[in-house]
Amino acid sequence: MTAGEMGSMGREAASREPAGRPPVGDRFRQFQSSLRRGEGKRERREGGERSMVPRAEFRSYYGRPVLKEPVWHHDIAAYLFTGGLAAASSMIAAGADLTGRPVLRRTGRLTSLAALGASTYFLINDLGRPERFHHMLRVAKPTSPMSVGTWILSAFGVNAGAAAAAEFAPLLPQRGVLGLARRVLPPVGRGAGLAAFLLGPPLATYTAVLLSQTAVPSWHEARRYLPFVFAGSASAAASGVGLIAAPLSETGPVRRLGVAGAALDLAAMHRVEHSMGLVSEPYRIGRQGRLLRAARACTAAGAVGALVSRRSRVLSALSGAALVAGSVLTRFGIFDAGKASARDPKYTVVPQRERLEARAPSHDHEGFAGS
Amino acid sequence: MPENSLYGPLDPAPDAGYVDAPPRMGFFTDTSVCIGCKACEVACKEWNNVPEHGLDLLGMSYDNTGGLTANSWRHVAFIEQPVSRDRLADRGTGVGGQAGNQPPAFAGMPTTTVAAPESAVAAATTGKETGTEPGVVPGPEPAAAAPATTQFLGMPSSVLPGQLPGGERTDFRWLMMSNVCKHCTHAGCLDVCPTGALFRTEFGTVVVQEDICNGCGYCISGCPYGVIDQRKGDGRAWKCTLCYDRLRDDMMPACAKACPTESIQYGPLDELRERAAARLEHLHGIGETSARLYGNDPEDGVGGDGAFFLLLDEPEVYGLPPDPVVPTRDLPEMWRTAGKAALTMAAAVAVAFLGLGRRR
Repeated sequence: MTAGEMGSMGREAASREPAGRPPVGDRFRQFQSSLRRGEGKRERREGGERSMVPRAEFRSYYGRPVLKEPVWHHDIAAYLFTGGLAAASSMIAAGADLTGRPVLRRTGRLTSLAALGASTYFLINDLGRPERFHHMLRVAKPTSPMSVGTWILSAFGVNAGAAAAAEFAPLLPQRGVLGLARRVLPPVGRGAGLAAFLLGPPLATYTAVLLSQTAVPSWHEARRYLPFVFAGSASAAASGVGLIAAPLSETGPVRRLGVAGAALDLAAMHRVEHSMGLVSEPYRIGRQGRLLRAARACTAAGAVGALVSRRSRVLSALSGAALVAGSVLTRFGIFDAGKASARDPKYTVVPQRERLEARAPSHDHEGFAGS
Repeated sequence: MPENSLYGPLDPAPDAGYVDAPPRMGFFTDTSVCIGCKACEVACKEWNNVPEHGLDLLGMSYDNTGGLTANSWRHVAFIEQPVSRDRLADRGTGVGGQAGNQPPAFAGMPTTTVAAPESAVAAATTGKETGTEPGVVPGPEPAAAAPATTQFLGMPSSVLPGQLPGGERTDFRWLMMSNVCKHCTHAGCLDVCPTGALFRTEFGTVVVQEDICNGCGYCISGCPYGVIDQRKGDGRAWKCTLCYDRLRDDMMPACAKACPTESIQYGPLDELRERAAARLEHLHGIGETSARLYGNDPEDGVGGDGAFFLLLDEPEVYGLPPDPVVPTRDLPEMWRTAGKAALTMAAAVAVAFLGLGRRR
């Protein structure tokens, strides 16, 4: 960084300060009110209202977080949804193509293309240096799920894009070079669609590894369940779009897939919310807890609706919308729960301390690192 | 893949492909002789041209830096703790003590976590604009800083450190520690970096290439110590380089050079580990039983740190994780689980379309 750049940064900071800084004494007032709220909470807690989760006793550096909270914005939570939607939509499109369901095929291909476009936007927009997005393509690195995902998404994008392009073949003229394209596109689209079918499952599940391959307690500990949540959630969302767009005569498969996806999502999510001890807690409390409760309601309602709405176009569409909404809420809830777990030192210190103490009796020195 | 590439004891530079790599270099930070002068913080900023991190009074003893951020690559932590007078009396003559009936410089076990609970709670609620993301944020649970909270009036404390609510005063000690990037044997940040911006140097350290980093932010979630951080306005991730430029010219890193008490020691890691073991033995010998090494063990969750510490209390008291594990340890298991989920999904779609022998 040159001296000139630093100078301009300094000026920026100076000009920002009056607006950016809170008024004098503001922090003290906030502190006092938080103290009052805090004491009120403690009294209620003693009253037994929160007896489910015992208050974790732990030591820390002035109560501050040990970890840095993920700097990803909600772009990434949105991508978790759109990436899964693109993946499962392509798979449905391939199935519909092979079993002669033209509307479902078109819906799947076009949904996949749109979700792919949104995914690309979200991923690049979240970078600190968006203009350097192509640096992702410098390396292929199996220890970085983001690198693996970049290559999966690129390969998937080419195929899903080609499959979607095939949908526009009927709009081309009958003759000439474009006429040739009109005849070639459908078989090419079918081949590309099958390739996208194969790349769909990795695309829908690698994002779970991406979240788990972090030090964020509630994401890392959920590593055995998140891939199933994401696979189920993606299947349910894409089935939901199919239920909204396709006629009743073509929706048989997406009804079955929607119910299966919702069941997988709900079952795996139940494990995430309840089987991981203290680090399950962020999934149940706060705003993200409310999001996930809403997600559960939407997904369950959508699955039931998909089962009973075989004769009603409107009810089918409503069920589909519920499945889509459930998937969106699930992704945002999981994203926020991870952030919350990194913010509070409790979720870092207490499980690690328990781990050390569990090891202590059989090994008398602290450094031992068992698994 | 070579053995222990993801987890376990390892010499990182040869593993990264260096032929004839120099010995692994690192820091041994002996907090028992740190005097909290912050010369390391200043020297680091000067040498590496690190931008300012904002001026503020955090109320965390003499710590107004707050933590390691993209704009603070060294951070001196201050912890105020009461010590029991009885324990000191039992110990006889003052260990490292001062004149007369003054308590020893560091001795005895802490009776609670902090000497002035009210100021600790105030500190925990205070965030700071550091020009980085996420930077230094307030603690979500201030009560964790001080279990025995008393009414805090919000003014700079007029009571002396160690003052109890009843007016009685305990003796107290200051713990000071200069924190830094650990340059792990298995570095979570390096493993997850999707651009190759983070790399392993021939000295076994971990450095970000600023011309490659595209600010994806993955390293920030990957670090089990909460070290690396994103600079606002710049968008890239920054952290300690262990003065890679100085090392290549056979010079000592700036912080170690500036440290007036040799609390920060720089050298070949093997030598530092021997020196640390000797220092620990000495401290235990003179009765400082709370001394322990942190990050020195190649068998720990990150394969040992390139920058390790001698601490006088539990790691979490200094804001360090008590048992950090590199997330990559579980990566093979995670890919396998994802594979199973992917197959489940493919099977579900296939069955949904083909049916189990019947069509609806």
